[in-house]
Amino acid sequence: MNKALARIRDFKIGTTLVLLLLVAIWSIPTIGLLITAFRDRTAADTSGWWEAIASPMTQEWTLDAFAKVLSVDDMFGSFVNTLVVTIPATVLPLLIASFAAYAFTFLEFKGREIYFATIVALMVIPLQAALVPVVRGLRFIKETTGLSLMGNFAGAWLVHSAFALPLAIYILRNYMMTLPVALIEAARIDGASWYQIFWRLVMPMSVPAVASFAIFQFLWVWNDYLIAFIFVDSKPVMTYRLLRLLGQYGDGWQNVAAGSFISLLVPIIVFFALQRYFVRGLTAGSVK
Amino acid sequence: MIQDVLFGLVSIVVGIAASYGVYWGLDQLVNRLPERLQKKLRAWAYLLPAATLLVLVLFVPLIMTFVYSFMNSSGKKWVGFENYVDLFTDPTFFSVLLNNFLWIAFVPALTVASGLFVATLTNQVGPIREKVFKSLIFMPMSISFVSAATIWGFLYANVPPGRPEIGLLNALIKVFGGDPQPWMLISDFRLNSFLLMIIIIWLQTGFSMVLISAAIKGVPEETIEAARVDGAGNFQLFWKIVLPQIWGTVMSVFVTVVIGVMKIFDIVLAMTGGTFDTSVLGFQFYQEYFLNANVGKASAIVAVLTVLIVPLMIIQVVTFRRQEALR
Repeated sequence: MNKALARIRDFKIGTTLVLLLLVAIWSIPTIGLLITAFRDRTAADTSGWWEAIASPMTQEWTLDAFAKVLSVDDMFGSFVNTLVVTIPATVLPLLIASFAAYAFTFLEFKGREIYFATIVALMVIPLQAALVPVVRGLRFIKETTGLSLMGNFAGAWLVHSAFALPLAIYILRNYMMTLPVALIEAARIDGASWYQIFWRLVMPMSVPAVASFAIFQFLWVWNDYLIAFIFVDSKPVMTYRLLRLLGQYGDGWQNVAAGSFISLLVPIIVFFALQRYFVRGLTAGSVK
Repeated sequence: MIQDVLFGLVSIVVGIAASYGVYWGLDQLVNRLPERLQKKLRAWAYLLPAATLLVLVLFVPLIMTFVYSFMNSSGKKWVGFENYVDLFTDPTFFSVLLNNFLWIAFVPALTVASGLFVATLTNQVGPIREKVFKSLIFMPMSISFVSAATIWGFLYANVPPGRPEIGLLNALIKVFGGDPQPWMLISDFRLNSFLLMIIIIWLQTGFSMVLISAAIKGVPEETIEAARVDGAGNFQLFWKIVLPQIWGTVMSVFVTVVIGVMKIFDIVLAMTGGTFDTSVLGFQFYQEYFLNANVGKASAIVAVLTVLIVPLMIIQVVTFRRQEALR
C-alpha cells in the first residue's frame, strides 16, 4: 500500500498537469497556423481555426493555399534561394572560424590574448552597426572594378560569414582548449604538418562543437530577413516572400499560413533531428 | 525552376571549393618559406581570411558608421552634430528610446524567469515527460521572427464589427463578455509593444530553459542533501541553495537575451511596421536607411545603439577574462 502511494507521489501529477497546461499554451499559436494552412479561403475568413477542430468532418480540408503560394507566389523558388544562401553561409564561417580557432588554440603568435579579447568584444556588435558602410563599400567595388557582390548570393555569404565569425571562433576555440595537447605534440613528432593535424586530428575531435554551431548558424541564416533583403534582393528568400504575403492578407490568412508552414518545415526538421547536439553545444558554449 | 536549382547547386559547390582552396593555397605558400619564417607566419596564414573579413566587414564599417553619423543624407557632406541634434530634439525618438528601454526592462527578466520556472518543473518529472515537454517549449527557437509574426498575427487578429472572430484572443474576450479590441493599434501604456514582447518571450524561453535546466542538474547533490538534513523546505532550498549556485548561468542567459533584444527589429517590422508607437532603434534604422534613404541619420541611430551596447561589451570581456584566469 505504502509502495503504491509512494509511486503515485513520485509520478508528480500536479507538476505534470502544470507542465501540460504550459505546453498547451506554448503550442496553441503554432497549431492555429498549421490548421489554417489547410483550410479554404471562405472558411479561414469566416470562422476561427478552433471551430475547424471542433467539427473536423464538416470542414473542407484543402491544399489550395499550398498550391497557390508555391506556384503563384513562387515559394518554391524562394525555398531554393534560401537553401543556396544558407548552406554556404553555414559552411564558410565554420571553415574560416575553425582555422582561426585552431591558430588561437595551438599556434603561438604575438598578441594572441589581446586579439582574442577583441573577438569576444565584437560578439556583441549589432549587425546594423556595420551595414551602411558595407553596402556602400560593395557599391564602390562594383563601380571601380565591375565586380558585383550585391544582388547575388556571394554578398550574403560574405556578410553572414563575417558576422558569425566572433561567436564561431569563440565557441570553437573554447572547445579546442579542452582537447589533449599531448596528442597534437605526438603528431608533430611523428612528422605530421600543421595542416594535416587540423584536418585529421583537430577537426574530427571538434565535431560536437562544430555540429552545434552549424545548427545554430543554419537556423539563424534560414530565419534571417535583413541581410537577405539587402544583399540578395533579386533572388528573394522565404522570409522576404513571407513578409510580402503578410502585407496582402486581404487574399486570406490561409496563404500566409501555408507560406509560413513551408518556411518552418526545414528548421523544425533540423531542430528535432539534431536537438541533442544543439542543446549540448548551447550548454557547453555558455556555461562555465 | 530546374535552372534555379542547378544554378544554386553550382554556386554552393564553387563557393565552398574556392574557400577550401584559399586555405590550401595559404598553407602551400607558408611551406615554401624558410623554417624560421614558417613558425612565425603560419598562425597568421590560418588567421588571414578570418582577420580580413572581421576587419573589412565588421571593424572598419563600424568606425565608418560613426563617421557617417556626422554626414548628410547622401553621406557626402559634413553636417557636424546635426543628425544627433535632430534625433534628440524629436519627441518620437524619445518614444523609440522608451520602447527600447521597456524591451530591455521586461523581456530578459521575464525570459529568464519563465525559463527558470519551466526548468524547475521539467527537472522533477520522469525522463520521457521531461524530454517531450522540453522539446515543445524549445521548438519556437527554430521559428523565424517573420513566421512568428504570422503565427501571432492570427492570435491578435481583429475583424470589423459584425464579422465572425478569427483571432483567438478576441474570441476569448468575447466569450468572457468583453469587447474585441484592435490589439496592435492600442498604444496606451504601450500595450501593443508588450504584446510584441510576449512573442519574443515565447520564442526564447526554450533557450533559457535549456541552459538553466543543465545548470540545475549540475548543482551538487550533497549541498541539497545537507540543506534538507538541516530542515530546509523546498522554497528555501531553491532560493538559498540552488539559485546561488546557478547564478552564473542565469546572468549569462540574461545578458545574451539583452543583447538580442537591443537590436530587435524583424518582429516590429512584420507585426506593426513601427506604427502606433511600437518603433525601436533597430526598426528606426531600417526606416531611415531604406525608406528615407538618409545615410547620416540612419548611421546616427545605430551609433546611439552601439554606444548603449558598450557596457554589455565590457561585461562580456570582463567575464571572459575571469573565466580564462580560472583555466
